[in-house]
Amino acid sequence: MPNKIDLPYTRYLAPDGRLSGDLPAWADDFNLLTRLYRQMVLTRLFDQKAVALQRTGRIGTYAPTLGQEAIGVAIGCLMHPEDVLIPYYRDTAVQLMRGVKMEEILLYWGGDERGSAYVDPAVREDFPLCVPIATQALHACGVASAFKIRGEHRVAVTTCGDGATSKGDFLEALNVAGAWQLPVVFVVNNNQWAISVPRRIQCGAPTLAQKAIGAGFHGEQVDGNDILAVYDRMRIALERARHGKGPVLLECISYRLGDHTTADDATRYRPAEEVKQAWQEEPIKRLQTFLASQGVWDEGREQALVAECQAEVQASVDVFEAAGIQPVESVFEHVYAQWPAVLADQREMLLERAARRGGERHE
Amino acid sequence: MSDKISLLEAVNLALHRAMAEDENVVVLGEDVGVNGGVFRATLGLRETFGFKRVIDTPLAETMIGGLAVGMAAQGLKPVMEIQFMGFIYAAMEQLVSHASRLRNRTRGRLTCPLVLRTPMGAGIRAPEHHSESTEAMFAQIPGVRVVIPSSPARAYGLLLAAIDDPDPVIFLEPTRLYRMNPQVVVDDGKRLPLDTCFTLREGNDLTLISWGASIHETLQAATQLAERGVSAEVIDVACVKPLDLDTLEASVRKTGRCVIVHEAPKSCAVGAEIAASLYERVLLDLQAPIQRVTAPDIPPPLYRLEQLYMPGPDDILAACDTVLNYA
Repeated sequence: MPNKIDLPYTRYLAPDGRLSGDLPAWADDFNLLTRLYRQMVLTRLFDQKAVALQRTGRIGTYAPTLGQEAIGVAIGCLMHPEDVLIPYYRDTAVQLMRGVKMEEILLYWGGDERGSAYVDPAVREDFPLCVPIATQALHACGVASAFKIRGEHRVAVTTCGDGATSKGDFLEALNVAGAWQLPVVFVVNNNQWAISVPRRIQCGAPTLAQKAIGAGFHGEQVDGNDILAVYDRMRIALERARHGKGPVLLECISYRLGDHTTADDATRYRPAEEVKQAWQEEPIKRLQTFLASQGVWDEGREQALVAECQAEVQASVDVFEAAGIQPVESVFEHVYAQWPAVLADQREMLLERAARRGGERHE
Repeated sequence: MSDKISLLEAVNLALHRAMAEDENVVVLGEDVGVNGGVFRATLGLRETFGFKRVIDTPLAETMIGGLAVGMAAQGLKPVMEIQFMGFIYAAMEQLVSHASRLRNRTRGRLTCPLVLRTPMGAGIRAPEHHSESTEAMFAQIPGVRVVIPSSPARAYGLLLAAIDDPDPVIFLEPTRLYRMNPQVVVDDGKRLPLDTCFTLREGNDLTLISWGASIHETLQAATQLAERGVSAEVIDVACVKPLDLDTLEASVRKTGRCVIVHEAPKSCAVGAEIAASLYERVLLDLQAPIQRVTAPDIPPPLYRLEQLYMPGPDDILAACDTVLNYA
């Protein structure tokens, strides 16, 4: 094949949790590994709670991150606070790791803009979740351009799914990132499914990572269910970008264990056998098995961790449920820096409507 | 200082001023750097402010729009040029789904103080896709401002205000006026307001409402009316979003007669919005139904027939006769 492109593929932990090859030096730090493990468990418990809240009508549609915890936790853990995350809509894992609060994520999916107002100073420049596919990749290039213009050693990190790599926006973003050697890292969560369309008919290229080659920069694949692999390669990608050595595309190969969103039913289009197989390779059990094999994890620690995480999740649900609804006036507050005086009558119209409806719930 | 300059030169002067005043202002687009823009609106900026702030981008309008959103969220003030309005649609998603909403989505945490400049309109014998006037599409977007200058002085003052503005502004420059009617513009940095109409000529018998290139023919019609002893008030809307209806209302209440002139196709255009709003406010003060003088709902013809597309003084005068002679 004259056009074959060989790209690196990294995996340290096999699906059964056994080590394949030597560990990188940083992975000797078991405190770090148990911290990553804890965050993956917390993410999954929160994710399950969010789905349960949707099923009981307490939040709206939610996009579960089930199965992709390793990718998000690793990149969120490695980014510096001054870096900027430009996420897509399946990014609960990375957002929690960055410092977005669980109650903010619930507010967002629960129909309240305050969920994207992020109070933690560490994430005050991060973008909110992006719903229109791949459009965020361009924002990342704009953010990275600003870093470059100002001579700052910061990195813009943007995420997307495998389907997003088919869009012109994604390819235009890769193109400009390569042309200008921007400090940006593109993380593709290749979870094999874009709603009902499988990876094999999404794109004719053997890898998604090789799209970077056409744009003139480095791309590679990692096992996205092996947090050691994602962490190791993301660490190097961030370092490259931070030191002016150009962008990186990291294709993290994983599997969307849940439905596309709570409004989707994946049993309509994919075989149960495939999902069952994918559960054998999921990231949390894999790291747990490894940690246990190293003697730093056991059933007792697991039970204590789950109880602790469940309490943390429940506390966030309590905060979310106590938040109340924004005042009616708030819908005008941030459309413009100041609501234009020439549109005052429209504001009056809505306030009157609200007053007329009185005690009715505005939802 | 007293030399007359064209609208195009006024745009260039405002860009120089804005970049000198605020180092966060950056200019980006296709051919805006070394070449100074295909119309030369950005001429000399690269030499004065350097390649980091005057950026030749790859040829991709979606990308330019998205890039500007990212830059603006970081506190820069990007002024992007889309080479012609006919190529703006690739950037539409970035305007509709991101630039206009980022402030609201984040409760003011992130904002989008960008300016999108693009040449608009027919009348310069340009190729296909270089002659449209689709301002109404943008006027439908909550959270943006849509500004259309019709003289060198207004181009200067409105563009400076647009760059200052903390929200996205779509700044549409009528190509037909780029080199027409030069006037003295004092480079004093004075901004014009972004939410008022400009009354260009006062009158009592009828109100002529227009914006952009059509202002030229509207003023010609007003002059001819004056020769017939009819006193027409001429209002340049200039900021079609948000719309200063109060000024329009006051004028039509005074004159009782109104003609709206624009180069965009008739249906669902800004003229329709103005007419509907005026009927809501001043129906019983009207002496005649409001008339609209516009292009028909067709693509702008290629240039051999493009003069037919644009409303001329004759069309405007005929509409004026209709409202003046209404029983």
